[in-house]
Amino acid sequence: MFSHKILERNSSLLLVVSLLVVSVGGIVEIAPLFYLENTIEKVKGVRPYSPLELMGYNIYKREGCNLCHSQMIRPFRDEVERYGHYSLAAESMYDHPFMWGSKRTGPDLARVGGRYSDEWHREHLIKPTNLVPESIMPGYPFLMKPLKVHDIAAHLKANKLVGVPYTDEQIKNAKTDLYAQADPESDGAEDVAARYPKAQVRAFDGDPETLTEMDAVIAYLQVLGTMVDFSTYDAKANLR
Amino acid sequence: MTDIKKVDEVSGTTTTGHEWDGIYELDTPMPRWWLWTMYGTIIWGVIYMVLYPAVPLLDDNTKGTLGYSSRAEVAQSIADAAKAQSGLRSKLEAASLQEIKADPQMLSFAKAGGKAAFKVNCVQCHGSGAEGAKGNPNLNDDDWLWGGSLEDIHETIKHGIRFEQDDDTRISDMPAFGRDEMLTEEQVDDVAAFVLSLSDTSAQKTETGAKLYADNCSSCHGDKGQGNRELGAPALNDQIWLYGGDKASVVQSIHSSRAGVMPAWAHRLDKLTIKQLAIYVHALGGGE
Repeated sequence: MFSHKILERNSSLLLVVSLLVVSVGGIVEIAPLFYLENTIEKVKGVRPYSPLELMGYNIYKREGCNLCHSQMIRPFRDEVERYGHYSLAAESMYDHPFMWGSKRTGPDLARVGGRYSDEWHREHLIKPTNLVPESIMPGYPFLMKPLKVHDIAAHLKANKLVGVPYTDEQIKNAKTDLYAQADPESDGAEDVAARYPKAQVRAFDGDPETLTEMDAVIAYLQVLGTMVDFSTYDAKANLR
Repeated sequence: MTDIKKVDEVSGTTTTGHEWDGIYELDTPMPRWWLWTMYGTIIWGVIYMVLYPAVPLLDDNTKGTLGYSSRAEVAQSIADAAKAQSGLRSKLEAASLQEIKADPQMLSFAKAGGKAAFKVNCVQCHGSGAEGAKGNPNLNDDDWLWGGSLEDIHETIKHGIRFEQDDDTRISDMPAFGRDEMLTEEQVDDVAAFVLSLSDTSAQKTETGAKLYADNCSSCHGDKGQGNRELGAPALNDQIWLYGGDKASVVQSIHSSRAGVMPAWAHRLDKLTIKQLAIYVHALGGGE
């Protein structure tokens, strides 16, 4: 007869059985997310980040922007009216890791793309109080330094390894694309938009000559929340 | 260690049967209220699993008998809020900007809605009091780049300025006279001095500056610096400067051009909100 007495007096058995009990939570709550079809909505328009956007994402992560800014518009009326359509799982499916965040010292950034001009972002990142006097956000003037570019192809490869569908062509041209997206006059500018549909090609930091971290961060911020084509999004089919 | 359960004399509780050097462990039962609360939560959990989406199956999850969906609830709460204002909303949607302005009831509703939308969407650039910031115009005064009539303001909000993702956006490009080597450094300096003299009669100016201005600038900014709203060319004969009115800032503007960008809001806000914003901004003080 199986009793508490046996469990309590046999530490190895106790360990094995408690492991089994604890893993039930994981199996029931986490494992289904990997096989359930409806976990990630079927949407049109979401593509992997371009090299420049990916570097911006990396800097966003490095600077810990997600500690004060969430990227998760929750399905409530007040949030939807303030920030736009609630976030979809599909919108962060290529983020490794995702930047949902859990705290809003600053506003949510899930749909910040296209909300401000590049110039606004540049001025604001350098010194937020220049534009928003009541802001408590720190300045990031050091982003105006040149971007490190030598390992960009490796970043794409690493993402491919964890499931982001970068093509061999995209990996091969990563470095040219990285430069071209911040320089509309360059030869590769059109190729970037071809390889990454709807990619915005501009001198994000106002200077097409040097590729800076600022270019990358602004390119990333300007694409946030703009990928999903909501004109083809079937809200009824994706009720959760 | 022996395993003899007995009843403790002092507390009257059964012991666990363990004994260490004469010390026994009491097997005090858990309080009834605690135990029943636990059974209650288990029952609650089962009921919840039946009523709400809960159990993952092979290719879907159980939907629950209540048919609850957080996403459907958002749509419903937004629809409810719109319905509560439906009378005025549909009236505003049908009315032209001028009709709204003429009708006190519609006007106050539009201004209230516009004020709320302004706080959410506009203050980051134009300031919490619409006072503007460097590169972002003050909306309280009557100095307008692209026009201050209701229709002009509405158009600007809808399609933005130099916002490349919008095909109907307002576009004009001032040449970067210095950077693109159309003028030398001294010439830029001369023009800057002349531009400053348009609003400040005490400022130093040169004949060459005046000539360079007439040749290069007057076609857009006007011969007296009065500006041209068709082209979004700011007036230079007033003391209102978007990027600073000191010599260095003006030199910088002529050298590299400015070309500020305002995002288009047509794809982000609904038509009614844009109308309300136009009314609100127009009523801030500078509307024409």
